Amino acid sequence: MTTETGAATIAPRKRMGRKQKRLIIIAGIGAVLAIALALILTAISSQVVYFYTPSEALAKHVPVGQFFRIGGLVKDGSWQKDGENNTFVLSDGKGTITAHFTGILPDLFREGQGIVAEGSMGPDGSFQATNVLAKHDENYIPKQIVDEMKKRGDWRPDDPQAALEQMQ
Amino acid sequence: MIIELGHFSMALAFAIAAIAAVLGFAFWRRHGQVTPYLRAAAVLQFLLIALAFGTLIHAFVNADFSLALAYQHDHSQMPLIFKVTSVWGSHEGSMVLWISILVLFGALVAVFGRRLPEDLLALVLSMQALLVAAFTGFTLFTSNPFLRLDPAPPEGQSLNPILQDIGLAIHPPLLYTGYVGFSICFSFAIAALVSGRIDAAWARWVRPWALLSWCFLTLGIAMGSYWAYYELGWGGWWSWDPVENASFMPWLAGSALLHSALVMERRNALKIWTVFLSIIAFSLSLLGTFLVRSGVLNSVHSFAEDPTRGLVILVLLALIIGGAFTLFAMRAAALRAGGLFAPISREGALILNNLFLATGLAAVLVGTLYPLILQAVTGRVISVGPPFFNLTFGILMAPLLVLIPFGPFMAWKRGDLVAATQRLAGAVVLALIAGLVVFVWSGHSLSLAPLGILLGIWVSVGAIADLIDRGRIGRIAPNESWRRLAGLPRSAWSTAIAHFGLGICVIGVVSATAWSSELVTTMSPGDTRSLVGYSLHFDAIDDAPGPNYSAERGQFTVTDPSGGTRVIEPEKRVYTAEQQPTTQAAITNYWLSQLYVQLGEKGQGNAFVVRVWFKPFVLCIWFGAMIMAFAGFLSLTDRRLRVGVPRRRAASMTPVPEAAE
Repeated sequence: MTTETGAATIAPRKRMGRKQKRLIIIAGIGAVLAIALALILTAISSQVVYFYTPSEALAKHVPVGQFFRIGGLVKDGSWQKDGENNTFVLSDGKGTITAHFTGILPDLFREGQGIVAEGSMGPDGSFQATNVLAKHDENYIPKQIVDEMKKRGDWRPDDPQAALEQMQ
Repeated sequence: MIIELGHFSMALAFAIAAIAAVLGFAFWRRHGQVTPYLRAAAVLQFLLIALAFGTLIHAFVNADFSLALAYQHDHSQMPLIFKVTSVWGSHEGSMVLWISILVLFGALVAVFGRRLPEDLLALVLSMQALLVAAFTGFTLFTSNPFLRLDPAPPEGQSLNPILQDIGLAIHPPLLYTGYVGFSICFSFAIAALVSGRIDAAWARWVRPWALLSWCFLTLGIAMGSYWAYYELGWGGWWSWDPVENASFMPWLAGSALLHSALVMERRNALKIWTVFLSIIAFSLSLLGTFLVRSGVLNSVHSFAEDPTRGLVILVLLALIIGGAFTLFAMRAAALRAGGLFAPISREGALILNNLFLATGLAAVLVGTLYPLILQAVTGRVISVGPPFFNLTFGILMAPLLVLIPFGPFMAWKRGDLVAATQRLAGAVVLALIAGLVVFVWSGHSLSLAPLGILLGIWVSVGAIADLIDRGRIGRIAPNESWRRLAGLPRSAWSTAIAHFGLGICVIGVVSATAWSSELVTTMSPGDTRSLVGYSLHFDAIDDAPGPNYSAERGQFTVTDPSGGTRVIEPEKRVYTAEQQPTTQAAITNYWLSQLYVQLGEKGQGNAFVVRVWFKPFVLCIWFGAMIMAFAGFLSLTDRRLRVGVPRRRAASMTPVPEAAE
């Protein structure tokens, strides 16, 4: 609608050609898109959080202090609590890692349950959890554990709990 | 018998929608003949689906466990409200709710769209019918809610206790209304592409629907956030979980659409982009509704997984979204028109708004889908958490917030940046002072928080400055100012109010993120602990059984810094039907801040783990969102939306904002 002539009559001081205007707009849009792309690429290479099962975390020798997620089953008989301090053992059938967590565990946290914890490895080789997630479905098993069980042929969709017990 | 009636009427709705879609697209050029039938079909679909939905509610309320769905999610001991809401607590039932809203919107267009050109109306109703056919078909063939059990079990399995909350009555209906409302914009876009006719009037027809959906989506997201905050007991209100992102992305697209449709309406420009956004907004809504159900994500929102259903969903999404974009690619070039304009102008500012919203949306989309794609391609499992989104989305939104107050001060066609800055000088000074005060108060911390507060105040105060300027307050007599303000179009008011609400929301987000205090401790009755000046005394612990659960209720006395006391009672419940524990946090407001107390594990004796948060200005988050939604509803009453229909009460297609609570 606004053409070169239209703009020229309205803004006599700044004579801006159609091409110049288009150039400014395209350059501006291009700059924002370039910045956005740079941000996304930087963030994706530095800010992603890896997910490991206990055996993977052991095999990969995750450096002390590196933030990651770990998913496994809380081993039967391993949960000890002292006030707000909790210690439990996570297992994926092939390896185990002791985890520490200070705070209130989710309502559905219990032994034999699949959980996901966020945190990092401590110098003593145990996992220091800053957050523990147990999903709000009593049959919840982390998807990665299910995939692992499927790989090994242990998965029994009709009776996930039995499959879990077998795995432990 | 009643359930079979519901089953039958849903099947009938499916057939009618399928026929209407096929005939509509085949004969839309003969719209004079076909449109009356399409309108009748739209109303009929609504009545039939409403009947089907009603039979489900009837079965749930009467605890009819011969209905498999009621057996799985209902229980005779549940309070009436939860019997009703548990209809949509499952995948199957929530599909029926979704479809009910879809046909409601279709019927609204059919009834109130009389002033639309008949060919456009025919195409819109055909597209809606196609969507109805696709999703009723999906529901009937892969997720049938009407299946019966014989013999009927004596008792149901009850609704997941976490869902036995008023939140389930509020959050899904609001969110779905927001999601599904964008289907109308989508259908308008398809109609424009098929007919090849698109002009400023098209934007005027689409915008009210976009606005209505956006308001409901705003409320739906905010209520979902508050529900998770008080119910899940993790004290967080947003975690950049894929499902939260899935609801946030259509909101971003919808916000961009609202602004670009303005440019199209007023300047007949940005046509192709506006059509594109209309398609994107609904495509993202579909993603939000169905990504959750496809089994590719795991989240709080996951429904029971079923691989075949997941595949059908992905195929359906690919057909609808892929089809729309194919059509767009083929026809968009034919829509070419629209002009260039000065970079510094109202339309220039709106384009900047769209640029930042779209890039922010892209960042959220990448962060949400990248882990899924990476896992599908390489098998590596990663998650993308808040740091990613803060670094990308957060940084991209900062310049947008800086620019927002300038927008309303820009004239169409040619704005004057210097004059706008002069008129905003007061707001600039006020925001800088506030930022400085916060900086000093927070102990000269070099964090970004004072900057965030500064931006929030800038946006809010800038919106007020807009109203002050329009009313010439202080420059002319007060009653004259009042007359000017009262005479402003509602759309001008709603712009200022919406931007004000956004600023408030930003303040809440920044403050609750940066300055929350947390205490995790073990307490026995008689103990006292304190957190940022609030002292908490554990008085007693009692049994407090409810209708379908047993509970331990703690009693705490809170003494605030000024010496006032109040009693709060967090609970730990165990639901008897499913032996599932849940935590009911106790939350108490101190003006806009909240003290949040959660009762945890019981230790030796009567010692309990107790978690206490103090969240300064956290209520601003949800109040800000509600102010934005209110502004949207207010804008729907603007006179401009009624222009062109002097005789008919066309504005009655905008509902009363009764859902605003």
